[in-house]
Amino acid sequence: MSDRAVVVVRAGALTTVQDRGRPGHAHLGVPCSGALDLPAAALANRLVGNDPGAAVLETTLTGCALRPRRAVTVAVGGAHGPVRVDGRPAAWGAPVRVPAGALLDVGRAVSGVRGYVALAGGIAVAPVLGSRSTDLLSGLGPPPVTDGTVLPLGPPSGVPARTDGALPWPAPPGELVLRVRFGPRADWFTGEALRTFVSGGYRVAAAGNRIGLRTEGPALARARGEELPSEGMVLGAVQVPPDGRPVVFLADHPTTGGYPVIAVVDARDLPAAAQAPPGTPLRFVPLG
Amino acid sequence: MSLRALPVGERALLVELADGAEAGAFHAELLRRRAAGTLPAVREIVPAACTVLLDGLDTPRRFAQELARWEIPPLARRDERVVEIPVRYDGPDLAEVAAVWKVAEEEVAAMHTAVEFRVAFCGFAPGFGYLTGLPERYAVPRRATPRTSVPAGSLGLAGPYTGVYPRSSPGGWRLIGRTERELWNPEREPAALLSPGTRVRFVAETGAE
Repeated sequence: MSDRAVVVVRAGALTTVQDRGRPGHAHLGVPCSGALDLPAAALANRLVGNDPGAAVLETTLTGCALRPRRAVTVAVGGAHGPVRVDGRPAAWGAPVRVPAGALLDVGRAVSGVRGYVALAGGIAVAPVLGSRSTDLLSGLGPPPVTDGTVLPLGPPSGVPARTDGALPWPAPPGELVLRVRFGPRADWFTGEALRTFVSGGYRVAAAGNRIGLRTEGPALARARGEELPSEGMVLGAVQVPPDGRPVVFLADHPTTGGYPVIAVVDARDLPAAAQAPPGTPLRFVPLG
Repeated sequence: MSLRALPVGERALLVELADGAEAGAFHAELLRRRAAGTLPAVREIVPAACTVLLDGLDTPRRFAQELARWEIPPLARRDERVVEIPVRYDGPDLAEVAAVWKVAEEEVAAMHTAVEFRVAFCGFAPGFGYLTGLPERYAVPRRATPRTSVPAGSLGLAGPYTGVYPRSSPGGWRLIGRTERELWNPEREPAALLSPGTRVRFVAETGAE
């Protein structure tokens, strides 16, 4: 392999390669995948001169550490946390030059959950169905990185963006407010369940992953008990399994499912959902 | 044909039809119109048991109104090719299926190969097709406890559906046989051997290697 590559020294809790995913294959059972916080991934890419859809690393809570084989410009965004190069503090949310053989350490997130590490040239693993994203549900794309994984980089293509410290990195929410539109199976729930759903009292559960954000809180009672035949699912669908706790479908969600969808989260709120740590108070707010 | 379009968020419609046959006919009509360039831009068309999801529409409300005026012909089966899948009918659940069908174990293969199937929809895993065609009285229940690992190529039955596992995974379908055909290969074009609408016949392989 050429020296245009990085070695993963510490993979962290869950670090995957992500771009904007592989839309257009849902009818074959292929999830879209892609970065959970797309705006953060695009901004990190911009900071190193990449196309917004270049493949980046998505970290989960505990960051990761990388050693590039030749000097490369990187930018760390998304979840906020310490960045170090060979032990010395480096800028978060700005381009950083990492010398060949130096250790880039992205530390544990201080706020937020998903960090994005963009490297100039982008991660150049082979695309599958047009995307380099790791799909945890169906196993497409590269497997999650492990200690020792070597990732090839593409040739740097653009000029790193100039920053003045005023970039729009949203702070992770103290309370996660998800705007929703009711439907398509809201009528499968009791009136009381619909009121409970939007009256607060939920928290982000620890069991969430790239497939879905799980919730803790009051169980929602069904008005209809029969089985729902399998039907197509969208990103942001709020599905209610038999335990009554809503699950918000994220990027690796199955393309069809058999539990009723009470509502759909507005796409603009999904990046915040990706950054809300377990325990965050959660409110579903109906849109007109 | 009666259809009902339910809004799903801001950009999608779930079109509900009376049954799987109507959903298949509506899906075929969508593909015809898309090929003819008369369908509005849409990112995903996802057929399922009795519905078709259209995701990524610019003006779903307007499209829903338009849909109400569509004339949809019943599913035609004329020009599509039939995919033949060779199978060895030696699955571990053959006896249970024979019992549900009230036939001898040896007859399951003959009954299953006599049917022309159609991929109603995909899901569960990339390239996993839910095939319809078996008469309703042959529906078999899923296993009470799913197997932790079902080998790739396993041919199974669940409810009214027949399916082949594209890769090894956990699963609760009743396994009646196994095929060597590759159901899914993202390096291949097309990646999926079976996609919604594909006609399928299973062909029994004899015991000889």
